[in-house]
Amino acid sequence: MPVLADVSFSVAAGQALILRGPNGIGKTTLLRTLAGLQPAVAGEVSFPEDEGAYASHADGIKTALTVTENLKFWADVHGTALPDAIFDSFDLADLRARLGGTLSAGQKRRLGLARLGVIGRKVLFLDDPTVSLDGFSVKLFANWLQNTHLAAGGVAVIATHIDLGLDAPELDLPPFKAADDAGGGSNEAFL
Amino acid sequence: MIALLLRDLRLAVRAGGGFGLGLAFFLIVVVLVPFGVGPQTELLSRIAPGILWVASLLAALLSLDRIFALDYEDGSLALLATSPLPMEGAAMMKALAHWITTGLPLTLAAPALGFLLSLAPEAYAYLLISLLIGTPALSMIGTFGAALTIGLRRGGLLLSLLVLPLYVPTLIFGAEAVRRGADGLDPTGALMLMAGITAGSFALLPFATAAVLRINLR
Repeated sequence: MPVLADVSFSVAAGQALILRGPNGIGKTTLLRTLAGLQPAVAGEVSFPEDEGAYASHADGIKTALTVTENLKFWADVHGTALPDAIFDSFDLADLRARLGGTLSAGQKRRLGLARLGVIGRKVLFLDDPTVSLDGFSVKLFANWLQNTHLAAGGVAVIATHIDLGLDAPELDLPPFKAADDAGGGSNEAFL
Repeated sequence: MIALLLRDLRLAVRAGGGFGLGLAFFLIVVVLVPFGVGPQTELLSRIAPGILWVASLLAALLSLDRIFALDYEDGSLALLATSPLPMEGAAMMKALAHWITTGLPLTLAAPALGFLLSLAPEAYAYLLISLLIGTPALSMIGTFGAALTIGLRRGGLLLSLLVLPLYVPTLIFGAEAVRRGADGLDPTGALMLMAGITAGSFALLPFATAAVLRINLR
Protein backbone atom coordinates (compact mmCIF):
# COMPACT_ATOMS: atom_id res chain seq x y z
CA MET A 1 0.00 0.00 0.00
CA PRO A 2 1.55 3.34 -0.98
CA VAL A 3 2.03 5.81 1.86
CA LEU A 4 3.96 8.59 0.14
CA ALA A 5 4.03 9.98 -3.35
CA ASP A 6 5.93 12.71 -5.21
CA VAL A 7 8.74 12.94 -2.70
CA SER A 8 11.98 13.99 -4.31
CA PHE A 9 15.10 15.58 -2.92
CA SER A 10 18.84 15.56 -3.17
CA VAL A 11 21.35 16.28 -0.43
CA ALA A 12 24.90 17.40 -1.13
CA ALA A 13 27.92 16.07 0.76
CA GLY A 14 28.29 17.86 4.08
CA GLN A 15 24.60 18.72 4.13
CA ALA A 16 21.71 17.59 6.29
CA LEU A 17 18.02 17.46 5.45
CA ILE A 18 15.31 17.72 8.08
CA LEU A 19 12.06 15.85 7.43
CA ARG A 20 8.98 17.45 8.91
CA GLY A 21 5.40 16.31 9.10
CA PRO A 22 2.77 15.20 11.58
CA ASN A 23 2.73 11.69 13.07
CA GLY A 24 1.76 8.98 10.62
CA ILE A 25 2.61 11.00 7.51
CA GLY A 26 5.29 8.49 6.47
CA LYS A 27 8.60 9.81 7.80
CA THR A 28 9.67 6.43 9.17
CA THR A 29 8.49 4.66 6.03
CA LEU A 30 10.54 7.03 3.91
CA LEU A 31 13.66 6.60 6.05
CA ARG A 32 13.38 2.81 6.13
CA THR A 33 12.91 2.73 2.38
CA LEU A 34 15.94 4.95 1.87
CA ALA A 35 18.00 2.73 4.16
CA GLY A 36 16.97 -0.32 2.14
CA LEU A 37 14.99 -2.03 4.88
CA GLN A 38 11.89 -2.12 2.75
CA PRO A 39 11.45 -1.90 -1.01
CA ALA A 40 9.96 1.18 -2.64
CA VAL A 41 6.68 0.76 -4.53
CA ALA A 42 8.05 3.06 -7.20
CA GLY A 43 10.91 5.47 -7.73
CA GLU A 44 14.57 5.22 -7.04
CA VAL A 45 17.11 5.98 -4.36
CA SER A 46 20.69 6.69 -5.26
CA PHE A 47 23.65 7.08 -2.95
CA PRO A 48 27.00 5.29 -2.77
CA GLU A 49 26.31 1.65 -2.05
CA ASP A 50 27.22 0.42 1.43
CA GLU A 51 27.39 3.95 2.78
CA GLY A 52 23.99 4.16 4.42
CA ALA A 53 23.16 3.66 8.09
CA TYR A 54 19.79 3.67 9.80
CA ALA A 55 18.99 4.61 13.37
CA SER A 56 15.63 4.65 15.09
CA HIS A 57 14.34 4.45 18.65
CA ALA A 58 15.34 0.75 18.66
CA ASP A 59 19.04 1.13 19.36
CA GLY A 60 20.07 -2.51 19.32
CA ILE A 61 21.71 -2.12 22.70
CA LYS A 62 22.41 -5.38 24.48
CA THR A 63 21.57 -5.16 28.17
CA ALA A 64 24.15 -7.79 29.14
CA LEU A 65 27.06 -6.04 27.40
CA THR A 66 28.94 -3.01 28.64
CA VAL A 67 28.90 0.32 26.82
CA THR A 68 32.34 -0.36 25.35
CA GLU A 69 31.42 -3.90 24.29
CA ASN A 70 28.25 -2.66 22.62
CA LEU A 71 30.20 -0.13 20.54
CA LYS A 72 33.06 -2.54 19.89
CA PHE A 73 30.63 -5.07 18.43
CA TRP A 74 29.32 -2.61 15.85
CA ALA A 75 32.86 -1.48 15.08
CA ASP A 76 33.87 -5.11 14.45
CA VAL A 77 30.84 -5.82 12.29
CA HIS A 78 31.65 -2.77 10.15
CA GLY A 79 35.36 -3.47 10.22
CA THR A 80 36.24 -0.12 11.76
CA ALA A 81 38.32 0.82 14.78
CA LEU A 82 36.68 2.12 17.93
CA PRO A 83 37.81 5.75 18.24
CA ASP A 84 38.35 6.96 21.78
CA ALA A 85 36.98 10.40 20.98
CA ILE A 86 33.50 8.98 20.51
CA PHE A 87 33.10 8.46 24.25
CA ASP A 88 33.71 12.16 24.83
CA SER A 89 31.53 13.28 21.93
CA PHE A 90 28.52 11.59 23.48
CA ASP A 91 29.47 12.05 27.13
CA LEU A 92 29.89 8.32 27.69
CA ALA A 93 33.39 8.38 29.14
CA ASP A 94 32.19 7.71 32.69
CA LEU A 95 29.85 4.95 31.56
CA ARG A 96 32.30 2.76 29.62
CA ALA A 97 32.15 -0.21 31.98
CA ARG A 98 28.45 0.05 32.78
CA LEU A 99 26.14 -2.68 31.50
CA GLY A 100 23.65 -1.62 28.84
CA GLY A 101 20.78 -2.72 31.05
CA THR A 102 21.70 -0.30 33.82
CA LEU A 103 21.63 2.81 31.61
CA SER A 104 18.80 5.31 31.70
CA ALA A 105 16.69 5.89 28.60
CA GLY A 106 18.65 9.01 27.67
CA GLN A 107 22.01 7.33 28.23
CA LYS A 108 20.91 4.42 26.05
CA ARG A 109 19.91 6.87 23.37
CA ARG A 110 23.36 8.49 23.52
CA LEU A 111 24.96 5.06 23.23
CA GLY A 112 22.72 4.26 20.27
CA LEU A 113 23.72 7.50 18.57
CA ALA A 114 27.39 6.94 19.38
CA ARG A 115 27.14 3.80 17.23
CA LEU A 116 26.75 6.13 14.23
CA GLY A 117 30.12 7.64 14.99
CA VAL A 118 31.73 4.22 15.19
CA ILE A 119 30.53 2.53 12.03
CA GLY A 120 32.01 5.10 9.69
CA ARG A 121 29.02 5.33 7.33
CA LYS A 122 28.64 8.55 5.35
CA VAL A 123 24.88 8.68 4.77
CA LEU A 124 22.79 8.61 7.94
CA PHE A 125 19.03 8.09 8.09
CA LEU A 126 17.90 9.16 11.53
CA ASP A 127 14.39 8.56 12.76
CA ASP A 128 13.65 10.95 15.62
CA PRO A 129 17.17 10.75 17.07
CA THR A 130 16.54 13.03 20.03
CA VAL A 131 13.72 11.13 21.76
CA SER A 132 14.35 11.02 25.54
CA LEU A 133 17.47 13.21 25.29
CA ASP A 134 17.77 16.21 27.58
CA GLY A 135 18.63 19.65 26.25
CA PHE A 136 22.34 19.27 26.87
CA SER A 137 22.48 15.90 25.10
CA VAL A 138 20.58 17.28 22.14
CA LYS A 139 23.23 20.01 21.81
CA LEU A 140 25.94 17.38 22.18
CA PHE A 141 24.41 15.36 19.37
CA ALA A 142 23.81 18.34 17.09
CA ASN A 143 27.36 19.39 17.75
CA TRP A 144 28.76 15.99 16.76
CA LEU A 145 26.56 15.92 13.68
CA GLN A 146 27.63 19.38 12.53
CA ASN A 147 31.29 19.40 13.47
CA THR A 148 32.30 15.78 13.03
CA HIS A 149 29.94 14.05 10.65
CA LEU A 150 28.87 16.78 8.25
CA ALA A 151 32.23 18.53 8.43
CA ALA A 152 33.83 15.32 7.15
CA GLY A 153 31.58 15.33 4.09
CA GLY A 154 28.83 13.16 5.55
CA VAL A 155 25.13 13.39 4.80
CA ALA A 156 22.20 13.09 7.16
CA VAL A 157 18.47 12.82 6.60
CA ILE A 158 16.72 13.46 9.90
CA ALA A 159 13.10 13.10 10.85
CA THR A 160 12.49 15.21 13.93
CA HIS A 161 9.93 17.40 15.64
CA ILE A 162 12.33 19.66 17.48
CA ASP A 163 14.80 22.31 16.41
CA LEU A 164 18.28 20.76 16.33
CA GLY A 165 19.93 24.07 15.59
CA LEU A 166 21.42 22.75 12.38
CA ASP A 167 21.86 24.89 9.31
CA ALA A 168 19.84 22.57 7.13
CA PRO A 169 16.94 22.79 4.68
CA GLU A 170 13.62 21.35 5.73
CA LEU A 171 11.30 19.13 3.73
CA ASP A 172 7.60 19.07 4.61
CA LEU A 173 6.14 15.72 3.63
CA PRO A 174 2.82 16.14 1.83
CA PRO A 175 -0.15 14.03 2.97
CA PHE A 176 -0.72 11.13 0.60
CA LYS A 177 -3.89 11.16 -1.47
CA ALA A 178 -4.96 8.02 -3.29
CA ALA A 179 -5.55 8.48 -7.01
CA ASP A 180 -9.14 9.32 -7.90
CA ASP A 181 -9.61 6.62 -10.55
CA ALA A 182 -9.90 2.99 -9.48
CA GLY A 183 -13.68 2.93 -9.70
CA GLY A 184 -14.26 6.27 -8.00
CA GLY A 185 -17.02 6.38 -5.41
CA SER A 186 -15.70 3.16 -3.93
CA ASN A 187 -15.83 4.97 -0.59
CA GLU A 188 -19.57 4.69 -0.59
CA ALA A 189 -19.39 0.98 -1.13
CA PHE A 190 -17.44 0.63 2.08
CA LEU A 191 -19.64 2.92 4.16
CA MET B 1 30.96 -12.54 11.27
CA ILE B 2 33.15 -13.81 14.08
CA ALA B 3 32.19 -10.68 16.03
CA LEU B 4 28.53 -11.72 15.84
CA LEU B 5 29.34 -15.26 16.96
CA LEU B 6 31.42 -14.03 19.88
CA ARG B 7 28.76 -11.54 20.90
CA ASP B 8 26.05 -14.21 20.88
CA LEU B 9 28.18 -16.57 22.93
CA ARG B 10 29.00 -13.82 25.40
CA LEU B 11 25.32 -12.93 25.72
CA ALA B 12 24.42 -16.59 26.24
CA VAL B 13 26.96 -16.88 29.04
CA ARG B 14 26.04 -13.60 30.72
CA ALA B 15 22.28 -13.68 30.39
CA GLY B 16 22.11 -17.29 31.54
CA GLY B 17 19.60 -19.74 30.14
CA GLY B 18 21.84 -20.27 27.14
CA PHE B 19 23.96 -23.21 28.15
CA GLY B 20 22.01 -24.43 31.15
CA LEU B 21 18.40 -24.59 30.11
CA GLY B 22 18.52 -27.05 27.22
CA LEU B 23 20.99 -29.26 29.00
CA ALA B 24 18.94 -29.40 32.20
CA PHE B 25 15.83 -30.21 30.18
CA PHE B 26 17.68 -33.03 28.39
CA LEU B 27 18.86 -34.40 31.71
CA ILE B 28 15.41 -34.36 33.28
CA VAL B 29 13.63 -35.97 30.33
CA VAL B 30 16.16 -38.79 30.13
CA VAL B 31 16.09 -39.35 33.89
CA LEU B 32 12.29 -39.48 33.86
CA VAL B 33 12.12 -42.26 31.29
CA PRO B 34 13.38 -45.10 33.56
CA PHE B 35 10.84 -44.01 36.16
CA GLY B 36 8.07 -44.25 33.61
CA VAL B 37 9.17 -47.45 31.91
CA GLY B 38 10.23 -49.30 35.02
CA PRO B 39 13.51 -50.98 35.96
CA GLN B 40 13.65 -53.42 33.04
CA THR B 41 17.22 -53.01 31.84
CA GLU B 42 16.66 -54.98 28.67
CA LEU B 43 13.73 -52.86 27.54
CA LEU B 44 15.53 -49.66 28.51
CA SER B 45 18.67 -50.52 26.62
CA ARG B 46 16.55 -51.29 23.56
CA ILE B 47 14.76 -47.94 23.56
CA ALA B 48 17.77 -45.90 24.78
CA PRO B 49 18.93 -44.68 21.32
CA GLY B 50 15.46 -43.40 20.46
CA ILE B 51 14.94 -41.77 23.84
CA LEU B 52 18.32 -40.02 23.76
CA TRP B 53 17.70 -38.68 20.29
CA VAL B 54 14.14 -37.53 20.92
CA ALA B 55 15.21 -35.85 24.16
CA SER B 56 18.08 -33.98 22.51
CA LEU B 57 15.72 -32.88 19.75
CA LEU B 58 13.28 -31.42 22.27
CA ALA B 59 16.09 -29.81 24.23
CA ALA B 60 17.40 -28.13 21.08
CA LEU B 61 13.89 -26.91 20.32
CA LEU B 62 13.60 -25.22 23.69
CA SER B 63 15.96 -22.33 22.98
CA LEU B 64 15.16 -21.80 19.29
CA ASP B 65 12.78 -18.89 19.75
CA ARG B 66 15.53 -16.85 21.41
CA ILE B 67 17.77 -16.99 18.35
CA PHE B 68 16.24 -13.96 16.65
CA ALA B 69 13.53 -12.74 19.03
CA LEU B 70 15.76 -10.58 21.22
CA ASP B 71 17.67 -9.09 18.30
CA TYR B 72 14.40 -8.33 16.57
CA GLU B 73 12.87 -6.62 19.58
CA ASP B 74 15.79 -4.33 20.38
CA GLY B 75 16.38 -3.42 16.75
CA SER B 76 19.77 -5.10 16.34
CA LEU B 77 18.45 -7.20 13.48
CA ALA B 78 17.47 -4.15 11.41
CA LEU B 79 20.87 -2.62 12.14
CA LEU B 80 22.60 -5.85 11.13
CA ALA B 81 20.58 -5.87 7.93
CA THR B 82 22.01 -2.46 6.98
CA SER B 83 25.56 -3.46 7.99
CA PRO B 84 28.15 -4.90 5.60
CA LEU B 85 27.58 -8.33 7.13
CA PRO B 86 25.60 -10.47 4.66
CA MET B 87 22.35 -11.76 6.16
CA GLU B 88 23.27 -15.26 5.02
CA GLY B 89 26.44 -15.08 7.09
CA ALA B 90 24.53 -13.71 10.06
CA ALA B 91 22.04 -16.58 9.80
CA MET B 92 24.83 -19.15 9.74
CA MET B 93 26.60 -17.54 12.71
CA LYS B 94 23.33 -17.52 14.64
CA ALA B 95 22.90 -21.23 13.96
CA LEU B 96 26.50 -21.90 14.96
CA ALA B 97 26.10 -19.96 18.21
CA HIS B 98 22.94 -21.94 18.95
CA TRP B 99 24.79 -25.19 18.30
CA ILE B 100 27.68 -24.25 20.57
CA THR B 101 25.32 -23.30 23.39
CA THR B 102 22.89 -26.22 22.92
CA GLY B 103 23.98 -29.00 20.57
CA LEU B 104 27.55 -29.29 21.79
CA PRO B 105 26.71 -29.57 25.52
CA LEU B 106 23.99 -32.10 24.67
CA THR B 107 26.45 -34.17 22.67
CA LEU B 108 28.98 -34.16 25.47
CA ALA B 109 26.40 -35.01 28.14
CA ALA B 110 24.67 -37.77 26.18
CA PRO B 111 27.12 -40.62 26.95
CA ALA B 112 26.71 -40.04 30.68
CA LEU B 113 22.95 -40.24 30.26
CA GLY B 114 23.25 -43.32 28.06
CA PHE B 115 24.63 -45.02 31.14
CA LEU B 116 21.36 -44.23 32.98
CA LEU B 117 19.41 -46.01 30.24
CA SER B 118 21.86 -48.95 30.21
CA LEU B 119 22.79 -48.29 26.61
CA ALA B 120 24.82 -51.12 25.06
CA PRO B 121 28.56 -50.44 25.53
CA GLU B 122 29.26 -50.73 21.79
CA ALA B 123 26.86 -47.87 21.05
CA TYR B 124 28.54 -45.07 23.02
CA ALA B 125 30.96 -44.08 20.30
CA TYR B 126 28.16 -43.96 17.74
CA LEU B 127 25.92 -41.98 20.08
CA LEU B 128 28.64 -39.36 20.37
CA ILE B 129 29.39 -39.31 16.64
CA SER B 130 25.75 -39.26 15.54
CA LEU B 131 24.91 -36.36 17.87
CA LEU B 132 28.05 -34.52 16.81
CA ILE B 133 27.07 -34.80 13.15
CA GLY B 134 23.34 -34.44 13.63
CA THR B 135 22.82 -31.60 16.12
CA PRO B 136 24.24 -28.88 13.81
CA ALA B 137 21.40 -29.70 11.41
CA LEU B 138 18.93 -29.26 14.26
CA SER B 139 20.34 -25.78 14.96
CA MET B 140 20.35 -24.71 11.30
CA ILE B 141 16.81 -25.95 10.59
CA GLY B 142 15.70 -24.36 13.85
CA THR B 143 17.28 -21.03 12.89
CA PHE B 144 15.23 -21.07 9.71
CA GLY B 145 12.09 -21.76 11.75
CA ALA B 146 12.99 -18.98 14.18
CA ALA B 147 13.37 -16.53 11.29
CA LEU B 148 9.90 -17.48 10.04
CA THR B 149 8.27 -16.71 13.38
CA ILE B 150 10.02 -13.49 14.48
CA GLY B 151 7.64 -10.72 15.32
CA LEU B 152 4.84 -13.13 16.15
CA ARG B 153 3.41 -13.08 19.62
CA ARG B 154 3.63 -16.55 21.13
CA GLY B 155 5.58 -17.67 18.10
CA GLY B 156 7.22 -20.40 20.16
CA LEU B 157 4.40 -22.88 19.74
CA LEU B 158 4.10 -22.25 16.02
CA LEU B 159 7.85 -22.62 15.79
CA SER B 160 7.70 -26.09 17.34
CA LEU B 161 4.96 -27.15 14.94
CA LEU B 162 6.95 -25.87 11.97
CA VAL B 163 10.31 -27.25 12.97
CA LEU B 164 9.57 -30.67 14.48
CA PRO B 165 8.43 -32.29 11.21
CA LEU B 166 11.62 -31.01 9.58
CA TYR B 167 13.63 -32.74 12.31
CA VAL B 168 12.23 -36.18 11.39
CA PRO B 169 14.93 -37.27 8.91
CA THR B 170 17.72 -36.33 11.30
CA LEU B 171 15.97 -38.21 14.08
CA ILE B 172 15.45 -41.35 11.98
CA PHE B 173 19.05 -41.59 10.82
CA GLY B 174 20.51 -40.52 14.16
CA ALA B 175 18.63 -43.07 16.23
CA GLU B 176 19.18 -45.71 13.54
CA ALA B 177 22.95 -45.18 13.65
CA VAL B 178 23.03 -45.65 17.42
CA ARG B 179 20.74 -48.69 17.25
CA ARG B 180 22.90 -50.31 14.61
CA GLY B 181 25.96 -49.59 16.73
CA ALA B 182 24.29 -51.23 19.72
CA ASP B 183 23.39 -54.32 17.65
CA GLY B 184 26.89 -54.64 16.33
CA LEU B 185 25.84 -53.76 12.77
CA ASP B 186 27.55 -51.28 10.46
CA PRO B 187 26.07 -47.78 11.06
CA THR B 188 28.07 -46.02 8.34
CA GLY B 189 25.12 -45.70 5.97
CA ALA B 190 22.90 -43.93 8.48
CA LEU B 191 25.76 -41.67 9.59
CA MET B 192 26.55 -40.71 6.00
CA LEU B 193 22.93 -39.86 5.25
CA MET B 194 22.75 -37.75 8.38
CA ALA B 195 25.98 -35.96 7.50
CA GLY B 196 24.35 -35.29 4.13
CA ILE B 197 21.34 -33.68 5.80
CA THR B 198 23.60 -31.51 7.94
CA ALA B 199 25.76 -30.43 5.01
CA GLY B 200 22.69 -29.80 2.89
CA SER B 201 20.96 -27.70 5.50
CA PHE B 202 24.08 -25.57 6.05
CA ALA B 203 24.45 -25.11 2.30
CA LEU B 204 20.85 -24.11 1.58
CA LEU B 205 19.10 -22.84 4.69
CA PRO B 206 21.26 -19.72 5.32
CA PHE B 207 19.93 -18.36 2.03
CA ALA B 208 16.33 -19.23 2.89
CA THR B 209 16.77 -17.78 6.38
CA ALA B 210 18.22 -14.52 5.02
CA ALA B 211 15.36 -14.17 2.53
CA VAL B 212 12.78 -14.72 5.28
CA LEU B 213 14.52 -12.22 7.57
CA ARG B 214 14.51 -9.54 4.88
CA ILE B 215 10.79 -10.03 4.38
CA ASN B 216 10.04 -10.05 8.10
CA LEU B 217 12.04 -6.84 8.65
CA ARG B 218 9.89 -4.80 6.24
